[in-house]
Amino acid sequence: MTVRETLGRIGVAVFLSAVLGFFALPLLWLAFAPFDAEPELSASLPDFTLHNFRVLMDNPYALASLRNSVLLAAGTAALVVTCAALAAYALSRVRIPGRDVLLYVLLLLSSIITGTAAMVPIFLLAFNLNLIDSHLGVILVLTGGLLPAAIFVLKDFTDSTPTSYEEAARVFGASPLQTLRHVVVPVIRPGIATITVWTVAMVWGDFLMPFLLLRDPGKAPASVIMYTFYTEGGQPDLALISTFSLLYSLPVVGMYLFVSRRYGFRFHGGIKR
Amino acid sequence: MAVITLRELTKVYPGGVRALDGLDLEIADGEFFALLGPSGCGKTTLLRTVAGLETATAGTVRIGERDVTRLPPGDRDVGMVFQDYALFPHMSVTDNIAYPLRIKKTGKAERHAAAAGVAAELGLDGLLGRRPAELSGGQQQRVALARAMAARPQVFLLDEPLSNLDARLRLEARTFLKKLQRELGVTTVFVTHDQAEALAMADRIAVMEDGRIRQIGTAAEVFRRPANLFVASFIGSTPMNLVDARVRGEEIEAAGTLVPLPAEARGLVTDGQEVVYGVRPDYLDYSATAAGGAFHGRVVIVENLGSTSLVTLDVGGVLLHALVGEGSEPEPDERGWAVPRPGRVLLYRDGDLLDGNDVTVAA
Repeated sequence: MTVRETLGRIGVAVFLSAVLGFFALPLLWLAFAPFDAEPELSASLPDFTLHNFRVLMDNPYALASLRNSVLLAAGTAALVVTCAALAAYALSRVRIPGRDVLLYVLLLLSSIITGTAAMVPIFLLAFNLNLIDSHLGVILVLTGGLLPAAIFVLKDFTDSTPTSYEEAARVFGASPLQTLRHVVVPVIRPGIATITVWTVAMVWGDFLMPFLLLRDPGKAPASVIMYTFYTEGGQPDLALISTFSLLYSLPVVGMYLFVSRRYGFRFHGGIKR
Repeated sequence: MAVITLRELTKVYPGGVRALDGLDLEIADGEFFALLGPSGCGKTTLLRTVAGLETATAGTVRIGERDVTRLPPGDRDVGMVFQDYALFPHMSVTDNIAYPLRIKKTGKAERHAAAAGVAAELGLDGLLGRRPAELSGGQQQRVALARAMAARPQVFLLDEPLSNLDARLRLEARTFLKKLQRELGVTTVFVTHDQAEALAMADRIAVMEDGRIRQIGTAAEVFRRPANLFVASFIGSTPMNLVDARVRGEEIEAAGTLVPLPAEARGLVTDGQEVVYGVRPDYLDYSATAAGGAFHGRVVIVENLGSTSLVTLDVGGVLLHALVGEGSEPEPDERGWAVPRPGRVLLYRDGDLLDGNDVTVAA
């Protein structure tokens, strides 16, 4: 091995360690800080205590906000998956002129709906529809933003399912909805699982829309409540924030592990033949 | 059990493709009927129109006493086997077979019992708990058949039932299908592009071209007396010899040879008329010694087909094929004679068979 190669290897190793450290440190902080009596912004071996969790339990909004997050995520996911499955099935099977253009335009616009650009109009719309300070309002807005991408992905899954499955169901007398329930949905289940996980993760992490549309802190989801964890002095309350962050991230990690084990995130639609 | 009657059936796809063109067809009760033709001839469209998966543009489809032209597929009382079998990949064999009964709201226990019964008929017991992906091609086909049988429909429709099987299995499945159809006695229509398959299985065959039926008949009729040049060239594993010829009094001149005029064509042709002389290689006997009324030429090539060999003779620039039995194969470059078997020579004028008694339908 030449000196040059050795140096090259060392360089690669150093670079990879730096990248790894960059990603690992916040996770280490997340693992250690909640159990630290004096949490700081650096990751260090904790002076072990569960006191932080007691403080969190005493906070009136912390647990309620997690419940709200679950509510928003579940509601949006249910709506997105149902609508996307129906729309994707129809778009995949019925020939509409300009279908692909329509899909791409929707996809493009969807990033605006939940983005900062449409903040004011969405607020006004929600205000006029009496949807301010209601979970339904947030769910509807988020659904609108996520639906195009969900339809796009699910349409791909339905496209790759042979139509003969549905024709077989039809010949044996199944109605379109029965065909969808008995045949199409089970066959594209990996796609639906993917969309569900993706929607939940998106809603779970979304800050802007609930912050904009919900006034009552009792209705705010975890992502918004975290923003309120300051000490009287205006300093971030690291004890609360770290503990809450841990609780906040666990459900998403759990969901990922569950779905990954169950469906393996295999991106296949139909059956190879 | 039902008769299928098609009247003036027309299917025009959006875009103007005329897949079926005013088609009339009657399929008898309990018949095993083949729709045969090259790809794109409309045979699958015809089957799908009978099933209700395509809607007829004009004309009627009757199954038994009912006009089903406008009925959805589920109300037509048909069972269908798809080319790719279309077994639901997420269901077990039992659930697949029981699916038609599930739609008919039969109780779970009852439909599972029925599925087990049908599965046993088709030799599928022991596989009931498996998923389609865990079955061989032949087993998948039988599950698809069982599913089509489960609701005891009046009509079976099979779309290229054998094309997804490998060659050896195909022969087995062919025998199995024919036997099953005989036992069940259900009117069955199947689509195939393989003429050997149609000849072997069907009671009657409709040969199709460009959305029309060119001939309907039993395997023997279609093979021995093709009604037109299309059917003549399509049917038969070794293509029929079709030679441009001219009538010369009581004889006919083909490939520069004078051969006798077939008896049944007498009176139908006049001297000097242009016809096509057709004879199957199966009905040309090769002889190494001179014979009267025979084509004389040089052996160009000899192809071994197993128990027979296909000999290609160059007769004055026209290539003629003859089948030769084991042991009597000539060597290439030998001179030989091909003797047409009496009663097996066909004459075509303007593409249609010259035939005293017009038994065949030319649409």
